[in-house]
Amino acid sequence: MSERIIEFENVVAGYTPSLTILNGTTFDARKGEITLLIGPNGAGKSTVLKTLFGMLVPRTGDVRFEGRRVNGHSQRDLLALGMAYVPQGRNLFASLSVRHNLELGGIALPRHALAPRIDEVLARFPRIRERIDNQASTLSGGEQKQLEVGRALLLRPRVLLIDEPSIGLSPKLVQDVMALLRELADQGVTVLMVEQNVRTALKYADRALVLEMGRLALDRPAHALLGDPDLNRLFLGGHVDGRAVTSTTPAGGGSAV
Amino acid sequence: MNASSSTVIARPRRPAVPRSRTRLALAAIVVIAFALLPLGLKSYGTYLCSLFCVYLMATFGLNLTIGYAGQMSLGQAAFLGIGAYIAAIGMKAGLPFFAMLPLAALACFAIGLALGFPALRVQHHYLAFATLGFNVLVFLVLRNEEAITGGTFGIRGIPRPSLFGLSLERDLPYFWFTLASTLLLIALLGWLLRSPWGRAFAALRDNPIRAESLGVNITAYTLLAFAIGACCAGIAGAYFASLVGFIDPAPFNFTASLLMLLGVIVGGAGRFLGPVVGTVIIVLLPEWLRFMQNWYLAAFGVAVIALMVWLPGGLLSLPERLASRRIGALP
Ligand SMILES: Nc1ncnc2c1ncn2[C@@H]1O[C@H](COP(=O)(O)OP(=O)(O)OP(=O)(O)O)[C@@H](O)[C@H]1O
Ligand SMILES: [Mg+2]
Repeated sequence: MSERIIEFENVVAGYTPSLTILNGTTFDARKGEITLLIGPNGAGKSTVLKTLFGMLVPRTGDVRFEGRRVNGHSQRDLLALGMAYVPQGRNLFASLSVRHNLELGGIALPRHALAPRIDEVLARFPRIRERIDNQASTLSGGEQKQLEVGRALLLRPRVLLIDEPSIGLSPKLVQDVMALLRELADQGVTVLMVEQNVRTALKYADRALVLEMGRLALDRPAHALLGDPDLNRLFLGGHVDGRAVTSTTPAGGGSAV
Repeated sequence: MNASSSTVIARPRRPAVPRSRTRLALAAIVVIAFALLPLGLKSYGTYLCSLFCVYLMATFGLNLTIGYAGQMSLGQAAFLGIGAYIAAIGMKAGLPFFAMLPLAALACFAIGLALGFPALRVQHHYLAFATLGFNVLVFLVLRNEEAITGGTFGIRGIPRPSLFGLSLERDLPYFWFTLASTLLLIALLGWLLRSPWGRAFAALRDNPIRAESLGVNITAYTLLAFAIGACCAGIAGAYFASLVGFIDPAPFNFTASLLMLLGVIVGGAGRFLGPVVGTVIIVLLPEWLRFMQNWYLAAFGVAVIALMVWLPGGLLSLPERLASRRIGALP
């Protein structure tokens, strides 16, 4: 199998000392793959990404990035090592222009290196290029997500952590974002994605990990899970109708509790 | 269906700084009108105009700390005092104003770093405590170190500078000098916040957690915001000393810090021009409410609380608030 880029080994972590969210979580993500992290609300999916990105320090266990132990590394260190994180929700600086948002994504870069990197990102996102001098808050939801991803790509990360990119996007835009992530993965970027829009995401992912109560409950190739007649019953709470693979409304599969 | 999602909603293409020319013209008119205002005022009115400029330097600095870095600072008056005493002591010893001004600025910047560094390392809200204690300490030092500060008797006969051979001794020239300096300082701060490097301050204000996940060193930027804010107060202090000609510890007590804090919040913390509104109020309010004696501060405090309840974004957010109500989309 291909190289393990991210490894969690018996990670125990939580926001307060008394409350444990990750209960000995163990999994890995492999180079150039899209690893999809799914599970019910509150299972700890976002917490996994936050722990990986140094926002939470594991109480015990190891978090490894390209074989190096990175427990509780600072976010700046991790960015420098080649990890980037696009959190859930809206992450742009609303009062700043598109260009200034991009520049902030490259704040760690030397000045002369920034302009070519911005051009590189804009080449990928023509819609963003058109709106480069607009205030970020005036972009549509899809454009904002593109800008967030673009901003994360400025440092040419080898690993991209992305939390529920499809929220608030139309089905077409969800497909666009997924296709973009697929393209990145094919270019060698390791993508670890949390997504509630399970059916759509599975079509683009390589592997699916199901997290329940802060533990890995299932680890399958994405296509196998997609074809699994038990998919709905497994963790979607039976909300999505039938096996029609077309249900891609925003947060469509997200009502699992 | 898919195509419509991207074409139907045509959003207004708003530039990052809307109508900047109109704004600039408007600002120029206001500034010119203000510059000419003392021509129709008696000497006390001119003094108040100069005092307004002095406080404006301090509150613009404080807005960086409060509005951009999201920190409570309760010690801005202490930095004002440090600047004032450094300038006063130096000028009494025969040193020129323009030598003492950078010294006052640098000293406050350095003290700001020294005070903020340990406070911000512990916990973010510790800066409020640290500055509060610092203000009390500075006040006591100013009052008790008679040999240097003159204690409660203060320092008298602080001269005013001259510029290119022109004496600024009289009230009107000194006002124009102070006004020009204030505008320069505001322009510098504006330039700083728009520079690629200073843009991180806006990011810090908009969303500190996201700023950090992009690699912005938020502790360093917060500390820097605080130190620059302190530096502005130090500069203001030097102008203050020359303006009043006599300083004692009283104007630099904790109450004055509180007043400046409220001044920033009233206008709208984190709005670049927010301090203007609040500073008008903190300079004029004690005059208007003189009959209330020291109770004016309590009255002001209550008014600020009421404002925060009804208009959390400060007075400058009122137009947006009204506009959004008109189109029925309250934020
Ligand atoms: N900042 C925080 N402080 C305290 N508890 C938190 C915090 N963030 C999340 N939690 C708690 O941790 C648990 C796991 O949250 P997490 O955000 O990881 O879930 P999730 O799997 O991403 O859920 P969702 O699908 O709703 O996004 C939840 O019980 C949540 O209440
Ligand atoms: Mg989540």
